[in-house]
Amino acid sequence: MRKRTVLLSLAGILVVVGVAALGVIGWMVFQPGPYGFATGTPVALAEDARPSPTGVPAELAGADQPTRAAYITRMADCEACHTAKGGQPFAGGRPFVLPFGTIYTPNITPDPETGIGKWTDAQFLDAVHRGIAPDGSRYYPAFPYPSYTMLTDADALAIKAYLFALAPVKQPNRPNSFAFPFNQRWLMAIWATLFNSDTRFEPVPEQSPEWNRGAYLVEAAGHCGECHTPRNLMQAMDQRRKFAGGVAEGWNAYNISSDGVSGIGDWSVEQLTAYLAAGHATGRGVASGPMGEAVALSLSQLVPSDIQAIVTYLKSVPPVASNLPRLAGPAPATPQVAGLDNPLGQRMFEGNCASCHAWSGAGAVREQAGLTGVRAVNDPSGANVALMVLNGSGPLAATHPYMPGFGRAYSDAEVAAVANYVTARFGSEASTLTAADIARFRHLE
Amino acid sequence: MTDLTINGAPHSVDVPAETPLLWVLRDVLGMTGTKFGCGIAQCGACTVHLEGVAVRSCQLAVGDVGTQAITTIEGIGATPEGTKIQKAWLDLEVIQCGYCQPGQIMSAAALLAANPAPDDADIDAAMAGNLCRCGTYVRIREGIKHAARS
Amino acid sequence: MRHDPENTRLGRPVLTRRSLLRGGAAFVGGLVIGIELPMRVARADEPAPAGAPLNAFVHVPAEGPVRLIMPAVEMGQGVYTSQAMCLAEELDITLDQIVAVHAPADQAKYGNPLFVVQATGGSTTTMAWTEPLRKAGATARALLVAAAAAEGGVDPAGLVTDKGIVTDPASGRTWTYGALADRAAVLPPPAEVTLKSPDQFRLIGTPAHRIDTPDKATGKTVYGIDVIRPGMAFAALMASPVIGGTVAHVDEAPALVQPGVRQVVVLDDLVAVVADNTWAAQQGLAALKVDWSPGPNATLTQAQLWADIETASKGPGVAAQKQGDALAKLGEGTLFEATYELPFLAHTPMEPMNCTVHVQDGACEVWVGTQVPGFSQMGAAKVLGIDPSKVTINNHIIGGGFGRRLEADYVVTATRIAAKVDGPVKVIWSREEDIKQDIFRPLYHDRLKARVENGRITAWHHRVTGASILARWLPPAFKDGIDGDAVDGAIDPPYAVGDILVEYIRHESVVPVGFWRGVGPNSSVFSIESFLDRIARNTSVDPVAFRRGLLADNPRALGVLNAATAKAGWGTPAPASRFGARTGRGVALMHAFGSYLACIADIAVSDQGDVRVTRIVVAADVGRVINPDTVVAQIQGGVTFGITTVLHDKVTIADGRVEQSNFHDYRLIRIDEMPAIEVELVASTEKPGGIGEPGTVIVQPAVANAIFAATGVQLTRMPVDAALLAKAV
Ligand code: FES
Ligand code: FES
Repeated sequence: MRKRTVLLSLAGILVVVGVAALGVIGWMVFQPGPYGFATGTPVALAEDARPSPTGVPAELAGADQPTRAAYITRMADCEACHTAKGGQPFAGGRPFVLPFGTIYTPNITPDPETGIGKWTDAQFLDAVHRGIAPDGSRYYPAFPYPSYTMLTDADALAIKAYLFALAPVKQPNRPNSFAFPFNQRWLMAIWATLFNSDTRFEPVPEQSPEWNRGAYLVEAAGHCGECHTPRNLMQAMDQRRKFAGGVAEGWNAYNISSDGVSGIGDWSVEQLTAYLAAGHATGRGVASGPMGEAVALSLSQLVPSDIQAIVTYLKSVPPVASNLPRLAGPAPATPQVAGLDNPLGQRMFEGNCASCHAWSGAGAVREQAGLTGVRAVNDPSGANVALMVLNGSGPLAATHPYMPGFGRAYSDAEVAAVANYVTARFGSEASTLTAADIARFRHLE
Repeated sequence: MTDLTINGAPHSVDVPAETPLLWVLRDVLGMTGTKFGCGIAQCGACTVHLEGVAVRSCQLAVGDVGTQAITTIEGIGATPEGTKIQKAWLDLEVIQCGYCQPGQIMSAAALLAANPAPDDADIDAAMAGNLCRCGTYVRIREGIKHAARS
Repeated sequence: MRHDPENTRLGRPVLTRRSLLRGGAAFVGGLVIGIELPMRVARADEPAPAGAPLNAFVHVPAEGPVRLIMPAVEMGQGVYTSQAMCLAEELDITLDQIVAVHAPADQAKYGNPLFVVQATGGSTTTMAWTEPLRKAGATARALLVAAAAAEGGVDPAGLVTDKGIVTDPASGRTWTYGALADRAAVLPPPAEVTLKSPDQFRLIGTPAHRIDTPDKATGKTVYGIDVIRPGMAFAALMASPVIGGTVAHVDEAPALVQPGVRQVVVLDDLVAVVADNTWAAQQGLAALKVDWSPGPNATLTQAQLWADIETASKGPGVAAQKQGDALAKLGEGTLFEATYELPFLAHTPMEPMNCTVHVQDGACEVWVGTQVPGFSQMGAAKVLGIDPSKVTINNHIIGGGFGRRLEADYVVTATRIAAKVDGPVKVIWSREEDIKQDIFRPLYHDRLKARVENGRITAWHHRVTGASILARWLPPAFKDGIDGDAVDGAIDPPYAVGDILVEYIRHESVVPVGFWRGVGPNSSVFSIESFLDRIARNTSVDPVAFRRGLLADNPRALGVLNAATAKAGWGTPAPASRFGARTGRGVALMHAFGSYLACIADIAVSDQGDVRVTRIVVAADVGRVINPDTVVAQIQGGVTFGITTVLHDKVTIADGRVEQSNFHDYRLIRIDEMPAIEVELVASTEKPGGIGEPGTVIVQPAVANAIFAATGVQLTRMPVDAALLAKAV
């Protein structure tokens, strides 16, 4: 009797837990679509009589097929992830350090053995739309197929045509280093069933053509949400907190909703345009880290009307507040600042940073070197500042502002100290990074 | 054509606006006192004054100079701080190979103009961007103090 | 300070003014290459006056200052002043009556008496040149006096000289040197001259202001990188990023459309872009699309290089020093053993590598700052397949050498490029290329074993494993499998170490290596001094007391040790520091380059393992001092260089490439990390020793030993690794 009660209670608890779990999963699964916030009812592409928001922009309508394919590939920014540091473009091998292990992007040049040279169109669409490899195995959603699934077949195959026109590079793929249970790829099939809509882009007739083009660029090709939208427990994008900020390779991908304090609500259209097209907007800093790559390899190569469409769309995304402070104002121009007891950080700054950034943080000779008013500096985690100090802004070239990376020659404690110094001096709230944090950041490389 | 005022004299140069002032001075105008050391604002060898403020000319696009007055090592002796620093440098024999010294002197003169009596911390803050491979730092410190006293 | 508007090098007057170097070179067999007012170093662009060379080093014109030809090149170490002092001392002129002139390439006249070749390095200038230059000065004086005696019909022994004037005290008649020059030049030089005795010195040993610094303070000094030739183009270059790689394919088109770009030069192993100015050339280079064939070294890693030298160190070596039977004795008793390793290092003189070359009509003219004019001349001649006499080397004041400019590779590279260019071209290495294409300080691996009995070392075995620079640089000096530089400081430690065996194991890798400030003693002194501290600690003896016990027979070494410890207050704790709670004081002693130095370093270590040097005390016995202030300056500079070395620097290889590129990842100490440096010169009448390098050598083990004292962790592979010193949490 007693035993039975216990069993019953246990069963009851299990049921309750099960229902709760289902409820939680359901909450995660049954969420609005990526642009569900917009007024209007999406319709199938064919049902919208207006010019299609997919494909190339009107400016390129008359261009030849290779040009159009190249443009669409740029829109989808395949190159950034599928190229290792210093490696051959599109030959893969770039590591992504995830909580469960390291994943290496595959070779997508048309080499028949090590690349995708033997793939059929159907196989390519299966991969891009559904995350299914030719051998039937499943990709991890580090590959943003839940976004790419919105690409039209024509656009996806244009990308394939572009890739197949590349010179094949023989470079074997590196195996991922996931441990059990994350090495169980079949689990990804369940994940995909739950979190990949597997539907192509559907325009919203109530919205302007420009907005629809922006939605296609942002949601399908540009896959902005993959980094900028927070992830839920199941590692799917949490569309209820759309664009409230996420993490990309250790870098904080900041809130790009229209929240006035923590997002980009108070950025002017001109600032957004400049930032996306050129990687820098006056008073807003320089796109760096993964965003710097997105600008260099994708956004900067888009035509102005496409950038405009992206800005229009971004401006329509509802505000979602995240816990980032209001940007701090100007900083004093003298080295001494009361209450800033960080001699190591100051020493780092005076030797390595002040020549470009100036003691005021306004930039010594170039506005691009300005630190005040930049989100990364006003981020109490200090993550992006530290990563910038460690890695710099990529190769030295006259075409973009350059910052060298100091990680190789400076210790963890020194990098932490200077990041804390910069956030304290020029930001609204000091970061409290430790040498151990920096050691962790180093391993993201 | 870009018009520049260097050490009080007008110059006109015909180079792309993004050309760093450093190379305009050295290669176009033949004013080789300003030195190239790194090209990435890490060494200070290229330091000049823009309206009296020390800046790294390797980072300064000539198109961004506008009407601001440029002073280089060739002209700094005409300012009171420049004279003092140059004299202190010779009195105390600060200089070794001398390659970094135009930059050191320009940074030191700017410091002295902004702060007539700098202490060690002020000197560190103002001079830490100037590398010297020969290792003249201890004398630079003394030289600046010597100049401040003179 | 002299301000001559003619000399501002501003705008066209300079650009169109023909350099007078060539005119100078044509004059008396290339003896004279420039002119300057008193207390100046000859600038490259002024005419040489007529007058008479009295010998290879002294040239007295009829009017104006005496021209002294400087066999050793000035690169910051103050040798133009000290060499001039030696000449002027015996010549009886003052330093403001002279002008220092760069020697041309001429090994017969200007070959370093210690190396034969015409080279400035190894801290040898004072050792090598003091006597010859004093003799040259005395000889010239004797000729001038003889000329005056002939004119006056008097006995030369009765004449006196002072400040460039010969006086006959009997008649009161005087002659300026200039007036006597022509006559003196045709007299036979005396076979013997008597040099002054030290009590007669007026210049040597007195603090003199340097003759090269006034121009340096005003930006007027013309370094190699400042050369301007009429119609000159500017080149930027990039060599294969992988050591030993070659150019596979170059798409020149994107470079050629850049504004100002004139030409792309493609060679086997490098590409260069020639343009109207350096910036345009750099932009062209950045635009160029180059595919490289990485060659056989594409997978080379630093770990492999360390493993290789470790393996080599266990192989057979050549005995460089052997007294008694150390191996037999090491078989018994208390045995200590340790290994110390030093990384590859770059030189990074502040003046990056550069060279201006004009190839024309089967001849070649080179403008460069070099420590080896002769090698440069031969190197350029070989590239062009012409006789070395067809190559004119115009040397310049050097913006830092540190051993880098003991190589002629950059002259060779610039000549290869210039051979494809019409007119003169100035090739400047970007800092990135300067570092990646350096000829590095070699890896060293030193293994030491010692037997200790009653606080005395009774057997000593030191194995030095490293590349032989000499075997390449001066093959005749590499004898019997021993590189005398690599084992310098190891074969003759200042201490009594009982039976001694020092072995050298030559181990080469594909990484190019060359001399670097401190050369061989960097590794031997670091290893020996670290090892002694290890023994002292393990036998619970004070490190200074331990050393004193080994120095009974070496009064000069003991003298500097005692001077340094007294000045530093050895025995008291190192002062507390805001930088870190763990503080320590370390000692080191050396005898190399003919000088004795002891150093005491105070340091603090943060909890995270970063090290800050808080005070350095050095006592030095460098023999007879020519210019005391220069000696102090060299020690201060050398110490600063060495602090960078022990705290920060390493060059590492990954995928066959040098990983470092500029000062953000090849770190030099900055002024805000600098401790006070106190230098005490111990008075000495011994032969002068070298001083350009010892400061660098001595401070490294002193700092390492201070870290050892503070943390109990000994640095066995340079530089400091914060992770090893971080406080365990
Ligand atoms: S050259 Fe400008 S700071 Fe080094
Ligand atoms: S004096 Fe030589 S680099 Fe400073």
